[in-house]
Amino acid sequence: MSGDAPRASRDWPLWEVFVRARGGLSHKHVGSVHAPDGELAMRHARDTYTRRMEGVSLWVVRSADIVASDPAQAGELFEPAASKVYRHPTFYDIPDVVKHI
Amino acid sequence: MPSLPTIQPEDVAAAEHAAHDEGHFDAPAETQIDDALGEYLLRLGDDNLILGQRLTEWCGHAPALEVDLSLANMALDLIGQATLLLDLAGEVEGRGRDADALAFHRDVLAFRNCLMVEQPNGDFAQTMARHFLFATFQVALLEGLAASTNPRLAEIAAKGVKEIRYHAELSADWIVRLGDGTVESRERMIEGLDWHWRFVDELFQMDAVEQDLAARGVAVDRAALRARFDAAVAATLMEATLPAPTYPRGVLGGRKGHHSEHLGHLLAIMQYLPRSYPDARW
Repeated sequence: MSGDAPRASRDWPLWEVFVRARGGLSHKHVGSVHAPDGELAMRHARDTYTRRMEGVSLWVVRSADIVASDPAQAGELFEPAASKVYRHPTFYDIPDVVKHI
Repeated sequence: MPSLPTIQPEDVAAAEHAAHDEGHFDAPAETQIDDALGEYLLRLGDDNLILGQRLTEWCGHAPALEVDLSLANMALDLIGQATLLLDLAGEVEGRGRDADALAFHRDVLAFRNCLMVEQPNGDFAQTMARHFLFATFQVALLEGLAASTNPRLAEIAAKGVKEIRYHAELSADWIVRLGDGTVESRERMIEGLDWHWRFVDELFQMDAVEQDLAARGVAVDRAALRARFDAAVAATLMEATLPAPTYPRGVLGGRKGHHSEHLGHLLAIMQYLPRSYPDARW
């Protein structure tokens, strides 16, 4: 979806919703809502996505403001990483005395 | 009927038994709750119940899916509070009626809600106008009731005020957006506020029942909430660039059971199922 394309429709703009489930965790994308402005997008996000105690904090971002990668470039963007297993930190011997790694 | 200072259900029951024994207890089971606290709880509970039922009529019909959810959430908040208030009213009455019995098996004349909450939804602007006026009033009321000398009522109010604050903010947002929106949305919001303004006075109406309860710290003096309400409404209307509605004289009567024709229709829908199938379960 090209976010900046002008739309003839009178629909409200789309907003992406992020919820922090509890303190210490990062906000996670949960879905989107339609709303005429940010304040009402926040209310709609609250009413749509936090009805069952899903979170303690909300972010809403206009979908059009998100810069997304182009699926057509997936080859050069992501496939080169497939052959580079050494980037995973699994080739080290961890001393027994070191905890929590 | 029982004297007012003692309001425990067992006291009410004992007084009724005494009245029975003396042979002049003749209140039929299906009529009013005579105890002052019970009457007050009915007024509070019926306001929430009827407004909640009204809002459910939007389910599936709201201007957008998100608004549909907002309205349904608010309806459920109100019905949840109504359940607590009417359960307590039934307990105070002491005749074994619970919230369901009071909601589904009373006739229109026995309802004690104010006239505003039973008014038809009209368009979305009219519904939001009503909700803004009522929620703005109710925030002040519940904040007062959270300090009630009746601990059960104080607890219900303290829980409810968090929900209703959100209602007041959300509906104020819509007053501003529709009032300061397009030519059409502005006209509709002006009409919505005009329609409901005549029912505002009743929200602040005091009578002997509530004056007595307020003197004992159980109830809130509604009249004392008016200045704060007027200031909050004026601030939102100014932000919405809307004129202040005027209506020469408020319409009263809901607290005595003198309702508009609309309540009977609402009750017919709300009560149909439990009356037709008394033991129906989900």
